[in-house]
Amino acid sequence: MFEVLFSQLMLRALIAAAVTGLAAPTVGTYLVQRRLSLLGDGIGHICVTGVALGLLTGTSPTFSAIVIAIFGALLIELIRSSGKASGDVALALLFYGGIAGGLVLIQLAGNGAYALQGYLFGSITAISWTDVWVSVGLAVTVIALSIALLPQLFAVSNDEDYALTTGLKVRFYNVLISVLAAVSVSVAMRTVGLLLVSALMIIPVATAQQFTRGFRITMFSAMTAGALAAVTGVGVTGFVDAPPGAMIVLVALAGFALTAPIGLLIQRRRKARVPYPVDVPPDPQPVEEPHDHEHRHGCGHLAVEHGDHIDYIHDGHRHAVHGGHYDEH
Amino acid sequence: MIEADDPAEVVRVAEGAVALGGRPILRDIDLTVNHGEVVALLGANGSGKSTLVKAIVGLNPMTKGEVRLFGTPLEKFSQWPRLGYVPQRSTIAQGVPSTVWEVVASGRMSRRRPLLPLRAADREAIGAAIEQVGLGDRTKHQVSTLSGGQQQRVLMARTLAGEPELLVLDEPNAGVDLASQHDIANTLAARAALGSTILVVLHELGPFEPLIQRTVTMREGRITYDGPPITSPGFDHGHSHHHHDQPRPVIVGPQVTAPLDGSRNGGTV
Repeated sequence: MFEVLFSQLMLRALIAAAVTGLAAPTVGTYLVQRRLSLLGDGIGHICVTGVALGLLTGTSPTFSAIVIAIFGALLIELIRSSGKASGDVALALLFYGGIAGGLVLIQLAGNGAYALQGYLFGSITAISWTDVWVSVGLAVTVIALSIALLPQLFAVSNDEDYALTTGLKVRFYNVLISVLAAVSVSVAMRTVGLLLVSALMIIPVATAQQFTRGFRITMFSAMTAGALAAVTGVGVTGFVDAPPGAMIVLVALAGFALTAPIGLLIQRRRKARVPYPVDVPPDPQPVEEPHDHEHRHGCGHLAVEHGDHIDYIHDGHRHAVHGGHYDEH
Repeated sequence: MIEADDPAEVVRVAEGAVALGGRPILRDIDLTVNHGEVVALLGANGSGKSTLVKAIVGLNPMTKGEVRLFGTPLEKFSQWPRLGYVPQRSTIAQGVPSTVWEVVASGRMSRRRPLLPLRAADREAIGAAIEQVGLGDRTKHQVSTLSGGQQQRVLMARTLAGEPELLVLDEPNAGVDLASQHDIANTLAARAALGSTILVVLHELGPFEPLIQRTVTMREGRITYDGPPITSPGFDHGHSHHHHDQPRPVIVGPQVTAPLDGSRNGGTV
């Protein structure tokens, strides 16, 4: 019954799934670090227009999707780095525009919603060997850049302001992360579909970081988790009639759900080992001790003339009457 | 007047002004920090201390005036290994776990080239920086599980890993337990003894008091005092007439002149 796994069709699907599962969480780790987990969704929305443009002009939808995705990612980065409060709304506008524009263009292309469906929900069983090699090429590029520039990309994602003061080309690396995200979205479009792209970028990272302490190990664990989920999900559809893209995401989620209790346990044990902060009480303030005693001539404290008033030596310091209290001199 | 490219001038801000989001925050800022000096920047919340140090390290653009680091105007400055900025601890928030070593290693970026592996010198500097702040036994710990004081020491180590000549610290003792404050102050004292120049934003001098050589006080976006260290009670309380034999500080701005013997200082600025 396992020969289904060795058919040409299944082989192509498994290879495409494996490389997507490896590449998507690589970029996803940087996105989670920068708290941009939903960036993949945004780029996915904009990609709808890219796919539609490809179908309309009769060129490769994957190619036009990559071009539009990169364009959209750069626009998002521009809005984000401007740091305006309205940037959040601007991003939302961009996303809706991407979907709506795509749907209208698709209608113009003639074959309508049916063609788009393969891109929205994935069409891994319908891809050719050429598609597979393009996916492999793009995925390898994404992974290679993400790992080779890890120190720089980590520094920029971890603390952008500080990275600027070390002379890093922060803007270049920010743009690079956006472009890498755009390319991985375009690659994952064929496997899990534009609507679920972000899931494959984020869920493996969420699963991995329950167990890890470091950034590098989180990235490599997330890549493993992503590839496992993608290959398992596609493998399952060899036996069960289910959409492969959705199945990959469900397997990834199941991986997270199954490991969550262990993860919680580890987190709790780690928290318990964190020492309580040593709270040293602040230095006692040497003022305003209760004064039921009123200093006056012959009260037992040494009197010292001091300008326009008299100080009284009291426990090693000088007191001067000032309104209803004593000043320390 | 000192020459603009005097190598002794590590930091120089001339007639500086900063506006954030169109709102003027700093005005008429003139500040010089010389080689080997340890200067504390004091002031109430919202007085513009952090804005000023961010302008000095190039994070807040000046709307007027000029910043020079090591004699070079900031926009042309490229000797980043000489500059060491320690931001406020709130910046350590992160989405993905990272270890103490990873965060400290990112302080080495000013001396590393992309795509080349860590050299022995890099590893040595990173290890030494972690040791210096007393976190040698926590190299592989996750930063977010450390206490506030330990996190501040991680940020300190990150900057030290770059082996800078100038240290600019933004409130290194905010929300930090007293023991860690002392550790940080001791680490700074050691750097100062080695000839580092230090500009530190503080809410109060605290354990830093013994090493501060000069204090600059800010109020409402202006520098109101620039002179020898002052201990807070005497300064705020208006009874400074006990300290006749101390060197008279330069008082800038009218607000502070009044409580400090207005009659004596009356005609001067």
